[in-house]
Amino acid sequence: MINDLEELRGEAVAELNQAETEEALLSIKTRYLGRKGLLTGLLRNISQVPPEERPLFGMRSNEIKDILAEAIDKALQRMVLKKRDEALLRERIDVTLPGRAIRAGRLHPIIHVSREICEIFAGLGFSVVEGPEIELDYYNFEALNIPKDHPARDMQDTFYVEENIVLRTHTSPVQIRTMEKQKPPVRILSPGRVYRPDSDVSHTPMFHQIEGLLVDKGITFGDLKGVLTFFVRKVFGEDTAIRFRPSFFPFTEPSAEVDIRCVMCRGTGCRVCGQSGWLEILGSGMVDPEVFKNVGYDPEEISGFAFGLGLERIAMLKYGVSDIRLFFENDWRFLEQF
Amino acid sequence: MFVSFRWLRDYVDIDLAPAELADCLTMAGLEVDAVRETAPDFNKVVVARILSLRSHPNSDKLSLCEVTTETDILPIVCGAKNIKVGDIVPLALVGATIPGGYTIKSSQIRGERSEGMLCSEEELGIGPDNTGIMILSSELTLGQDLIDALDLRDTVLDIGITPNRSDCLSIIGVAREIAAITGGKLKAPEIIFTESDEDINGIASVQILDPDLCPRYTARIVKDITIRPSPSWIRRRLESVGLRAINNVVDVTNFVMLEYGQPLHAFDYRFLEEGRIVVRKSREGETFISLDEKERLLRADTLMICDGVKPVAIAGIMGGLNSEVKDDTGMVLLESAYFDPASIRKASRWLGMGTDAAFRFERGIDPEGVVRALNRAAQLIADLSGGTVCRGYIDQYPKKIESPRDIPLRISRVRNILGKAITPTEIVQILESLEMTVNKGDDLHYRVTPATFRVDISREIDLIEEIARLYGYDRIPATLPAISMMSLEQNRRKIMEERIRPLLNGYGYSEVVTYSFIPATAVDHLGLPDGDERRSMVVIRNPLTEEQSVMRTTMIYSLLETMRKNANAGCFDLKIFEMGRIYLARQTGMLPEERNRIGGILTGARYDDRWHYLGLASDFFDLKGCLEGLFDHLKIASLRFRPDLREPFLHPGRSCCMTVGKDVIGFLGEVHPDVLTRMDLKNRAMVFEMDLDVLAGHFSDALSYQDISKYPSSSRDVAFLISRDLTAEQIIKFSLDIHEELLEKVCIFDVYDGRGIPEGMISLGLRFSYRAYDRTLTDQDIGQVHNAIIKRITEKSGAKIR
Repeated sequence: MINDLEELRGEAVAELNQAETEEALLSIKTRYLGRKGLLTGLLRNISQVPPEERPLFGMRSNEIKDILAEAIDKALQRMVLKKRDEALLRERIDVTLPGRAIRAGRLHPIIHVSREICEIFAGLGFSVVEGPEIELDYYNFEALNIPKDHPARDMQDTFYVEENIVLRTHTSPVQIRTMEKQKPPVRILSPGRVYRPDSDVSHTPMFHQIEGLLVDKGITFGDLKGVLTFFVRKVFGEDTAIRFRPSFFPFTEPSAEVDIRCVMCRGTGCRVCGQSGWLEILGSGMVDPEVFKNVGYDPEEISGFAFGLGLERIAMLKYGVSDIRLFFENDWRFLEQF
Repeated sequence: MFVSFRWLRDYVDIDLAPAELADCLTMAGLEVDAVRETAPDFNKVVVARILSLRSHPNSDKLSLCEVTTETDILPIVCGAKNIKVGDIVPLALVGATIPGGYTIKSSQIRGERSEGMLCSEEELGIGPDNTGIMILSSELTLGQDLIDALDLRDTVLDIGITPNRSDCLSIIGVAREIAAITGGKLKAPEIIFTESDEDINGIASVQILDPDLCPRYTARIVKDITIRPSPSWIRRRLESVGLRAINNVVDVTNFVMLEYGQPLHAFDYRFLEEGRIVVRKSREGETFISLDEKERLLRADTLMICDGVKPVAIAGIMGGLNSEVKDDTGMVLLESAYFDPASIRKASRWLGMGTDAAFRFERGIDPEGVVRALNRAAQLIADLSGGTVCRGYIDQYPKKIESPRDIPLRISRVRNILGKAITPTEIVQILESLEMTVNKGDDLHYRVTPATFRVDISREIDLIEEIARLYGYDRIPATLPAISMMSLEQNRRKIMEERIRPLLNGYGYSEVVTYSFIPATAVDHLGLPDGDERRSMVVIRNPLTEEQSVMRTTMIYSLLETMRKNANAGCFDLKIFEMGRIYLARQTGMLPEERNRIGGILTGARYDDRWHYLGLASDFFDLKGCLEGLFDHLKIASLRFRPDLREPFLHPGRSCCMTVGKDVIGFLGEVHPDVLTRMDLKNRAMVFEMDLDVLAGHFSDALSYQDISKYPSSSRDVAFLISRDLTAEQIIKFSLDIHEELLEKVCIFDVYDGRGIPEGMISLGLRFSYRAYDRTLTDQDIGQVHNAIIKRITEKSGAKIR
């Protein structure tokens, strides 16, 4: 009789393994475990089992009943999960389709550069100030030691509004306006638009400069070198080779142009650096005593340095823009790269 | 300025290669912009010797010769008569090219073979002589390339001379600088010539009527000259720096100008009435024909060189056609003068004549070098033209040109400015190398007298710059300044701008930078009425183009231009903004008003035009929503959108102004279709502009917190049928202005004007949210308040509940 039980178990497991639907499983459950099921039927015939085998038969048949019930439940659960998975799969989307984009806008490259420079100098205590773009001849030239009918005016062609009113040709007039208002020490940075009548691949009639001015007791040309070296290496990298060479600006003396090793050719000479291996990136110098006198500072008491640089030039070098006019075309294909 | 390396070496020994020299000059403040190698325009021309010479059997004019290049013996047919056996000559080999693009071929000339060509100076472009074959020195090596044999290569440096260094506008000036840098010695040319017995004072006179503008005028007479082309050495020198050779007199004046930096002029004495030079100002409206055959209209203050009767030159700028040196000129009056720099500059600019002479005079020449240059020119003209120099020279010097003397120099000041202690010995050495005289007083207080050609040096700081320059900037150590603590001052508007940028970027708007210029017609394109302040434009006197002739008075025009440019490039979807200034003219003599503005434009697809939202166009509410988000973030309260305030360039039914309190801060709306048409734009566009200065007055970056309620809120939806004459703002205002405490917020959840809504009406669905801070509201609490609000709305607005 025990053998009958084991046989029944084997048949039931085989059928379970065959079952593919919930209905099939339920019918297996009824057939074996139901009130009129096969296992129930065997149990009902327990009287035909010899008395000494009865306890074993009873125990085993209960075991088999539990095993079968559990197996059927598990199979049923699997079936439910499978059904849900199928349902979810029917909701499948193509995740490689593009997302519902709200693309963030971009900053203009000139703003990028301006910000970066202002941040570097903010760290050194330079505050940002502004001045008029349409400026008196006095502030743009004369107070900066550039008298009328002086050849130094050739260095900067000028847009005129009136005899004595010009579009500022550089950000340097902000130096004068600041010092007129403020007693030393002075530490300012002034970014802004400037204008010169010139238009080609490397000139636009409007462009941007940043002016810097530091006036305090005991400022030296060595300090100018130190601060500008710090700045240039922040912008172009710590290992940037840099050189200061004598130049002329009417409002500084001694004056220095600052060159860096060409970022394109690394100094071997190329079209960008005019084969010199160096790129001119800013003008600077010790504030001329004449300028201090013009604003009522005593050049024997204080000293200082000023510098100015063109933002477009820095942006062109940093980002590899070859035509300055692109900055003001505002072509979307240009803008979206920044 | 172009400077020939070979020419420089006439005046100073240079051990450096041209590139090294360029570097040295650059680091001493004479920036070398370019280094260019030059060589004559021929190749395959070698040194050869004539072995035999006989006449051509079939021609009287030609001769046959055999020449040797040491390796080959070649037959040549030649037409020149000046050669004889043994002469060393330049031979262009078969395959050579010579100036003018000619290539030498092997040929048969009247039956005789010719394997090359013997050349004249002129044929090789290295001299003017075309009378016969160039006869070379017998010391040259046969077969050697002529360019090497004659050392015809040169290097030309293009030096950017800064406006202060007029002393370097000459070869000698640069050579002097090289001598100072390298420790070399300047070799000035020797000026020796003989004078005839005839005294200049019997032939010519000079009278200066305006000593302020012409403090010094010197002259010499050279007689019996023959005008002809200059010898090749002068021509080569002039051509090496880009000047065209003309004749032996004119070339000498140019040569000496380049050599010494002193501009000179030679007048044909025949055309000087009464043999007199009178220096005076021109009369207003006088005309004068200059050397370049152009008629010049003069102003009253232009300084002229005249003879006894008429003007013969514009002083310091250009000579006149009437007294020009011609082929048959036999006698010249040479002028070497000093003119007032500022007046020359004024005149040359006004006349638009930026000549080499004017360039030097306006920067200031050496007042004590005037006579030296005069003598040098007299010497060369006499040498080259076979003329004789009359005895003596005229030197009218009515007004002494002062050169600074005894400039105080404190050694301590050098250190204070440079941050590096340079020894007194080194300082003196540097100054003396620059031909300055140092008078060492006691206590390291020196007195320095610069050479008269250094017109840029008059102050202590000028001396310190010279010291730093020659000491070497690279030898001054970089230091960080010991400076006072200073707090960073930050402008309110700047802070706000830096808040706006990332916000607008987040909303998808990119920043642009457009020109501050617009065309004068922009205000017409925008349809601004007379009297609109934006018609008060700042006009540029000398614009580059009409498109850039005035300063903008609104941001909108530039933004629409940007839209057009992008549309032309095929980009029709744009979200951009710009922060910049507008400029409003005030009365003459006053600086214009500059206001900081932000403007923006939205056109095309609402989202990136991808598969999700194909064809969904942006509209007014997209832009408005973005601005509302901005104001919310900047904590600008009491903002209102006012449809009753309109801009002429905006769609009258789809635009408004924005106000905060009493301030109008800007406008927002769809661009008027007429404006789009006038600006040749096809697509609708939404624009805004706001005044950042005004806005900054309302902006607050202060943060504060209000306690939040623990209790739930409850909402009631109501749809009102209202007249189209009413606005949503008004309806909401009726519910808010009784300040009912329990009403937390009101929002619009539906706007409907489709089927079932009567003409002239619109359905507005409002959601009222109620909440208390201290308890959960009951239906009864809410009902009471809600009903009162609804009643108020319907009564005040005439709205019906749907």
